[in-house]
Amino acid sequence: MEYISIFVKGIFIENMIFAYFLGMCSYLAVSKTVKTANGLGLAVIFVLGITVPINYLLENYVLKEGALSWLDPSYSEVDLSFLSFIMFIAVIASMVQLVEMIVEKFAPALYGALGIFLPLIAVNCSILGGALFMQDRQYPGIGEATVFGLGSGVGWWIAIVAIAAIREKIRYSHVPAPLKGLGITFIITGLMGIAFMSFMGIEI
Amino acid sequence: MSTDTKSATTKKESLFSKKNRKLLSDPLDDSNPITVQVLGICSALAITVQLQQAVIMSLSVLFVMIGGNVIISLLRNMIPDRIRIIVQLVVVASLVIIVDQVLKAFQPDISEKLSVFVGLIITNCIIMGRLEAFALGNKPGPSFLDAIGNAMGYAWILLAVSVVREVFGSGAISLPGMGQVKFLPTDWFMSEGGFYENNNLMILPPMALVTVGIIIWIQRSRNKALIEEN
Repeated sequence: MEYISIFVKGIFIENMIFAYFLGMCSYLAVSKTVKTANGLGLAVIFVLGITVPINYLLENYVLKEGALSWLDPSYSEVDLSFLSFIMFIAVIASMVQLVEMIVEKFAPALYGALGIFLPLIAVNCSILGGALFMQDRQYPGIGEATVFGLGSGVGWWIAIVAIAAIREKIRYSHVPAPLKGLGITFIITGLMGIAFMSFMGIEI
Repeated sequence: MSTDTKSATTKKESLFSKKNRKLLSDPLDDSNPITVQVLGICSALAITVQLQQAVIMSLSVLFVMIGGNVIISLLRNMIPDRIRIIVQLVVVASLVIIVDQVLKAFQPDISEKLSVFVGLIITNCIIMGRLEAFALGNKPGPSFLDAIGNAMGYAWILLAVSVVREVFGSGAISLPGMGQVKFLPTDWFMSEGGFYENNNLMILPPMALVTVGIIIWIQRSRNKALIEEN
C-alpha cells in the first residue's frame, strides 16, 4: 500500500513539473511534437528509476551522518553530507553515460528511440531534483526510493506529453502574436497546474 | 569557436568597448536568459513566492555564474571535448557547495525555505548553457561580463515575478530590517475588517507560470523582433 501511495503521490500530487517546476527547460524546449516529447519522457522515467536508488544507497551508506559505521564503528561521527551535491551529480552524469552505452549495445531499437535524449538528461533538473528530494524526505528503504523515482518520472512524462499534444493543436488557433510560442505555453502550463492542484489532499 | 578566440586575441580592446557593453546589456532584454533563451526556468518559478528568497537566489546564481564562467574560460584550452560536461558539472557543483554552506551558516531560515533549489543551481540550465555557449570559446574578461549580464537578466525577471506574487499574494513585502511593508493602509485588509482580500492563488505554484507568461507577453509586444512563428 505504501508503495502505491508514494507512486500516485509522485505522479499527481507532487508532480515534478506542476508542483516544483523541475525540468522546465527541456519541458519547454522539447514539447513541440508529441513524438519527441514521448521519447524524452520515457528516457526521464528510465533514468530517474535508475539514479534515485543508486543515490539512495550512496546517501545511506556513504554520505549521511554515521552512514559509514558499517565500515568501522569509529566512523559513526563522520558526516559527509556537504559532499552530496557533487556526488549525486557525478553519479547522474556517469550513470547517464553508462546507460547510454549499455542501451546502444544491447537494445538498439530502444537506443534509436531514446538515444538523442539521454545526454540531455544529465542536466535535467528533475533528475537531480529527484535525488535531492529523496535525501530530503528520508525514505525508509530502497524500495520506496525506487518507487518514488519511477512515480516522479511518470508524472514528468504525463506532463510533457500533455503539453506537447496541446501545443500541436494550438498551432491552429488565433493566439495573439506576442504570446505565440513561449508565452502561451507558460500560461497553459499554469492552467494545467491549477487543474493538477485538484489532486491535492488525496490520501491513498 | 576558433574564430571567436582569434578575433579576441588579434585586437586588444578595452574592457568597456561597445562589444563588451553589449555583452552586459543584451541579456537584460534582447536575449534575456529566461524569456528569450528559455534557460533556468525551474528555479525562477519555484522560489519567487517572496522577494527575499528571490534576492538570495539571484545573488547565489550571480556568484556561481561568475565563478563558473571565469574558471571554465581559463581552463577552456585544457578541457578535452568529450568530457567537458562532466568538468563543467564538477566546477559548478563545487561552487554551489560553497554557496550552500555559506547560506546554511549565515542565513539558515532562507536556506531552509530554498530547500533543494540551492542544489539545483547545479543543473540550472542558464549556467550550463552559458558555459557551453560562451565561456568555452572566449577569454576570461568577456566571459566575466557575459556572466554578470546573464545573471542580471535572470535576476530582474526573478525580482519582478516575486514582487508581483508577494504584493498580490500576501499584501505586503517583507524587507529585512523593515518588517512587513504593506502597500495599502492596514485597516483596508479583510483580516482587519476592511474590504481587501489577498489573492491566495498568487502564492501557489501555477501563478508563477502565468506571471512569467504575462511578462513575456509584455516584452514581446514591445519588442516585435522576438515574436515566434507559432
